[in-house]
Amino acid sequence: MSKACRCLPETVPQVSAILRYCQDNKVKVVPRGAGTSLSGGSMPVGDAILLGLGKFNRVLEIDYANRSARVQPGVTNLGITKAVEHEGFYYAPDPSSQIACSIGGNVAENSGGVHCLKYGLTTNNLLGIEMVLMTGEVVRLGGKHLDSEGYDLLGVMTGSEGLLGVVTEVTVRLLRKPTTARAVLLGFPTEAAAADCVAAVIAAGIIPAGMEMMDKEAVKCAEAYVGAGYPLDAEGLLIVELDGPPVEVDHLVERVAEIARGRGATTVRVSNDEQERVLFWAGRKAAFPAVGQITPDYMCLDGSVPRGRLVEVLAEMREMSKQHRLRVVNVFHAGDGNLHPLILFDANDPDELHRAEEFGADILRLCVRVGGVLTGEHGVGIEKRDLMGVQFTEIDLDQQMRLKCAFDPDHLLNPGKVFPQLRRCAELGRVVIHHNKMPFPDIPRF
Amino acid sequence: MAGTIRPRDANELRRAVEWALNEGTTLDVRGQGSKIALGKPMDCGQVLDLSGISGIVDYAPEELVVTLRAGTPISEVEALLAQRNQMLAFEPPDLGPLLGLQAGQGTLVGAMMGNLAGPRRLSAGAARDHLLGFSGINGRGEAFKSGGRVMKNVTGYDLSKLLAGSWGTLAVLDQVSVKVLPVPDQTRTLLLLGLDDATAVRAMCAALGSPHEVSGAVHLPGRTALRIEGVAPSVEARLTALRELLADAGAGMEELGTLGSRTFWREVRDVAALKAASDTVVWKISCPPTEGPAIVARIRSQRPSVEAFYDWSGGLVWLALPQCVDADHELVRGAIGAKGGHATLIRAPEAVRAAVPVFQPQPAALAALASRVKESFDPKRLFNPGRMG
Ligand SMILES: Cc1cc2nc3c(=O)[nH]c(=O)nc-3n(C[C@H](O)[C@H](O)[C@H](O)COP(=O)(O)OP(=O)(O)OC[C@H]3O[C@@H](n4cnc5c(N)ncnc54)[C@H](O)[C@@H]3O)c2cc1C
Repeated sequence: MSKACRCLPETVPQVSAILRYCQDNKVKVVPRGAGTSLSGGSMPVGDAILLGLGKFNRVLEIDYANRSARVQPGVTNLGITKAVEHEGFYYAPDPSSQIACSIGGNVAENSGGVHCLKYGLTTNNLLGIEMVLMTGEVVRLGGKHLDSEGYDLLGVMTGSEGLLGVVTEVTVRLLRKPTTARAVLLGFPTEAAAADCVAAVIAAGIIPAGMEMMDKEAVKCAEAYVGAGYPLDAEGLLIVELDGPPVEVDHLVERVAEIARGRGATTVRVSNDEQERVLFWAGRKAAFPAVGQITPDYMCLDGSVPRGRLVEVLAEMREMSKQHRLRVVNVFHAGDGNLHPLILFDANDPDELHRAEEFGADILRLCVRVGGVLTGEHGVGIEKRDLMGVQFTEIDLDQQMRLKCAFDPDHLLNPGKVFPQLRRCAELGRVVIHHNKMPFPDIPRF
Repeated sequence: MAGTIRPRDANELRRAVEWALNEGTTLDVRGQGSKIALGKPMDCGQVLDLSGISGIVDYAPEELVVTLRAGTPISEVEALLAQRNQMLAFEPPDLGPLLGLQAGQGTLVGAMMGNLAGPRRLSAGAARDHLLGFSGINGRGEAFKSGGRVMKNVTGYDLSKLLAGSWGTLAVLDQVSVKVLPVPDQTRTLLLLGLDDATAVRAMCAALGSPHEVSGAVHLPGRTALRIEGVAPSVEARLTALRELLADAGAGMEELGTLGSRTFWREVRDVAALKAASDTVVWKISCPPTEGPAIVARIRSQRPSVEAFYDWSGGLVWLALPQCVDADHELVRGAIGAKGGHATLIRAPEAVRAAVPVFQPQPAALAALASRVKESFDPKRLFNPGRMG
């Protein structure tokens, strides 16, 4: 194979034949859903086949009694909800890209969304998949029942970034829409007070459906972009959604408002109807493109930190912003500590681009240093690949690569992603045994 | 009898595994040994006893995370969480009495390794959904880690999911971080009386398909129970709505309050209904909820004395069958049918477990993949060899 090519199979046997061909001829393959990955996950590489799943776009079966839907991987995330909402059901994980991103891509990235705080990520809402291995073998994991038999390979496939197999069918859990949902806008005079409020709500035993934070700059951009009615004086804005029966929502709205007032909130506004609730979210959901209006380019990061460290992480990020002479805007899933700092820069200026990359890496190192991780939902892909050593030791990474070898011994699937340094499976598989040693005379034995 | 090694910390644990690797000795990995009667019987060179690596490392109630060492008893974790009004939302069952062992035993990591979960599996997920990260030793005697202490993490493969449910066959963990949740203010239970299996499962599925956030749905002979949890006004409103929704089922209705509910659901969790007759074998079947009654009917047509109840809205069938040499494994697995599902033999005499597949046999391609996965962690097959057969 000298030239890159693209395949758009329509059937599982075709996917199987392609992968088998690739295995036999040692050709690399990059599976691709909708191409919305923010970590370069489905970025084609020079000498690989790009395997597009776009034609796998059918909803195969909806089973309301068992609350499940079986769909092809190219169906969009929102497409699932669209197929069941007339019966009052929905698919819970709701990435902001949900109009475009595919459920196959969601499985590969273990995507989240603003409602994952209460309802979980893709991995917690998945019942089964069918996938094709590099050998061309087709295997099914899970189904309409709970808990897959044997090793939880379904759990491993979720978030495996297209490195282990090609997903050709997905069975998800459906949920019934809550009776009511109300969103509360909480404006604070400092970022620290807003972050503090997040921790206090959780500590009070309340798990909202969603709890998002935006800093002053993000609020300004979003307000100019969609006019959601956000308070422009707030240094930190929280959007908290409570759902359930009306009595519960009213009760919790009051408790959250009280906690917020106790932390100096200057704005407390509760949505009065569905239209207003959607409007409150509109600004948040459009925040990335809104920020895009004020900068030639931006880089979106995705570190995850313990909630209790948010205040200090945000403060340190401001310091770094000064050092690197680049602005940073924060819009993120505060409830589960998943940051999305947006670094503003101009890619035409090589120095700015370089500084943006340095700044981004510094932020992710900071996340790891305070007990967090490099990526909460966007995946490692190409983007964070070279930072993996910040979070993992060589042994940690070798163990993960060995798992990869169990699925793809020639590293043909989605090459160049996730692992900073590839090692051959044969080399990884060797076991070193030290003969003639009595290593632990002092461990208690019976 | 095999000797026992009892390391006191992660470093000794690593050295113990290294030693076993060098000696070519297999290891029977145990927390408190509370589930030793579950799974294929093993014949190992040494027992690796983890009870010496015990204790809470860090508990951050406002982060909803607890970090603890592998040998820490569940009872100790639960007592600690209770002080801050928090809980393990997946309700790890105490299968001791069912297995003919003592009650109240078992480590949290042991429950994780079996991916065990109680009635709240429906709404809160299984053990695997609560394991945020771990550190441990692989079969090469190397210390490694995966995951972390944060709620959202997609950095590298999600090995926590893989380890949960691996019955100690992939790696020996020394420390885990586990997600915890607040205890609901109130728990109440709606009981529907006198429904047959099929009607009961229909009622449970209707309740689960409603917006009323049911966190437990079980059908025992003559009694079908739905659990509602949350803040008081919400629980009241949802119970009323459920009564209306299910009025058509034509069943008598009763209610249990918070205390009654706690006892009731603990018994469901621990499979108390099948505990008494120790001369039976016990199976659990995971299936699409609506399929539960048909599966049981197929088995009952051959074995009229079968006892059964349905947890997880019908999706978890517990069965007790009269003892026989092969535990009726072909009958049970054959009854599952084309709609999917799997059966695990939970209780049977050692000779029976040695003779029949305890876990659901897998199609060849999947079995081969699972075997390669095992090898990627434990190439010399040191840990619990054959336990998941
Ligand atoms: C504006 C915007 C907002 C976003 N918001 C969010 C958000 O809120 N939360 C969030 O989690 N993410 C978000 N994302 C990121 C992205 O949308 C998700 O990662 C999404 O799941 C990717 O889906 P996709 O179909 O576009 O996959 P692609 O980008 O095509 O692929 C992503 C990865 O999945 C693999 N893959 C795709 N399909 C398959 C398959 N069938 N089998 C095996 N591997 C496969 C690819 O190889 C690649 O590694 C956002 C992206 C954008 C552009």
